[in-house]
Amino acid sequence: MSLLEKFATLSAQYDKLESIGANPFNVTFDRVLSPTEAMLGDRRVLLLGTNNYLGLTYDPAVIRKSVDATRDFGTGTTGSRIANGSYGGHKQLEQALAGFYGRKHAMVFSTGYQANLGMLSTLAGKNDHLLLDADSHASIYDGSRLGHAQVTRFRHNDPDDLHKRLRRLADVPGDKVIVVEGIYSMLGDTAPLREFVDVKREWGAYLVVDEAHSMGVLGETGRGLAEAQGVEADVDFIVGTFSKSLAGVGGFCVSDMEGFDILRVACRPYMFTASLPPAIIAATTEALHQVRTRPQLREKLMQNAERFYEGLVRLGFRVGPELSPVVSAIMPDAETASMFWTNLLKAGLYTNVSLPPATPNGLALLRSSVSAAHSPQQIDHAIALFAHVGRSLGLIPYHAAESEALIAGE
Amino acid sequence: MESSVDEIRGVVFETLRASLPKPIELSDQTNIVRDLGLDSVAVMDFVMEIEDRLDISVPLDRIAEVENIGDLVTTVRDLKGRA
Repeated sequence: MSLLEKFATLSAQYDKLESIGANPFNVTFDRVLSPTEAMLGDRRVLLLGTNNYLGLTYDPAVIRKSVDATRDFGTGTTGSRIANGSYGGHKQLEQALAGFYGRKHAMVFSTGYQANLGMLSTLAGKNDHLLLDADSHASIYDGSRLGHAQVTRFRHNDPDDLHKRLRRLADVPGDKVIVVEGIYSMLGDTAPLREFVDVKREWGAYLVVDEAHSMGVLGETGRGLAEAQGVEADVDFIVGTFSKSLAGVGGFCVSDMEGFDILRVACRPYMFTASLPPAIIAATTEALHQVRTRPQLREKLMQNAERFYEGLVRLGFRVGPELSPVVSAIMPDAETASMFWTNLLKAGLYTNVSLPPATPNGLALLRSSVSAAHSPQQIDHAIALFAHVGRSLGLIPYHAAESEALIAGE
Repeated sequence: MESSVDEIRGVVFETLRASLPKPIELSDQTNIVRDLGLDSVAVMDFVMEIEDRLDISVPLDRIAEVENIGDLVTTVRDLKGRA
């Protein structure tokens, strides 16, 4: 036990959650019924805590391609692409991603986490500099630690602070690589990419944008925040995931950079891990096709996001600064967040609890994510449950008329 | 621009006092994580305040090496001396 002694504080916090009877970090879905419903034991719950933005996990075409691929190519590749060979599907998916983004090159990773580990640790070498937005996802921090570059953190969404830090590095040799995200996963806010691009140009730095939560969500064709803000030409590398809008698992990077393919034999998190199985590759390729051909999914998603976000605002919840499919209600503390989560789950609604240090500014969050697959009735039902629990915990004021109207389904 | 160790220690103490929920007696031996109860992100946020005050950037690997306030003062002094 002494080896794990260092986790004593964490362990006490975890045990406390277990003792309440509902631990947000230890949930098991016994059956999943659809993109929006699952069973916990014999209880049916509405899912509002997935990242299933476009609801494609049960799309019939995606499932069919996945099943066909398993039958035709087997369940696993049993090795890495470098040591044991690629399958045609890996190459086709890379071509499809490059085509979707209008880029020359694409590289597929086995998870989104590994895409960040791989790209950040490899792009910036020993004498280079990584500049990370302070609110970056853990995979970005971990990727920066895996490599040998010097890492500087700048204030969240603050181009002036980035400018200041690049100025301090002006006379220091080495390339500068800036890393920001499209939509930040905790509060759902977006990066001011145009301003970041101005700073990047001024200092001759490179720019990596992680579009994990914005691919399939933002932009005219769903390419993400860089497309939405019209700055794609100035983004040197886009990193993303297959596990959210694309309903599978895996990650990728696309770029126009000359010589990009050398990374396949330099990037360790790409080289020394098993490649994605045929079922996932085929499902993801089909899901990408759906993103390209069904823009109505994005419209539906944003309608649902707006309905839910505005609903919580009307009730008096403190929420994130921008409307997005990630909707977080800011809780006064971790205990209230857990209690809120537990009460919602008892009432049949699954959401997420997000606590420091995974959250910015020490915030305790009750995080929801909306899907295109939710019906307006499901969204309204969720709002009614938030109203009920919020009032019972004394977090929001009581407006009888509104509450009854919502519970009646308006 | 040179800054003395005492000046830097003053800035560190001042910044820490402003960001801690309740007053704690501070010395060079104060352990930042154990004695102040700051998590990894809170430490990085608090270092950012110091960076602003002194116009330096402290790389994350240097922050990771810091255990107590004395270490932080030394690291900041070192970086400031080079700036």
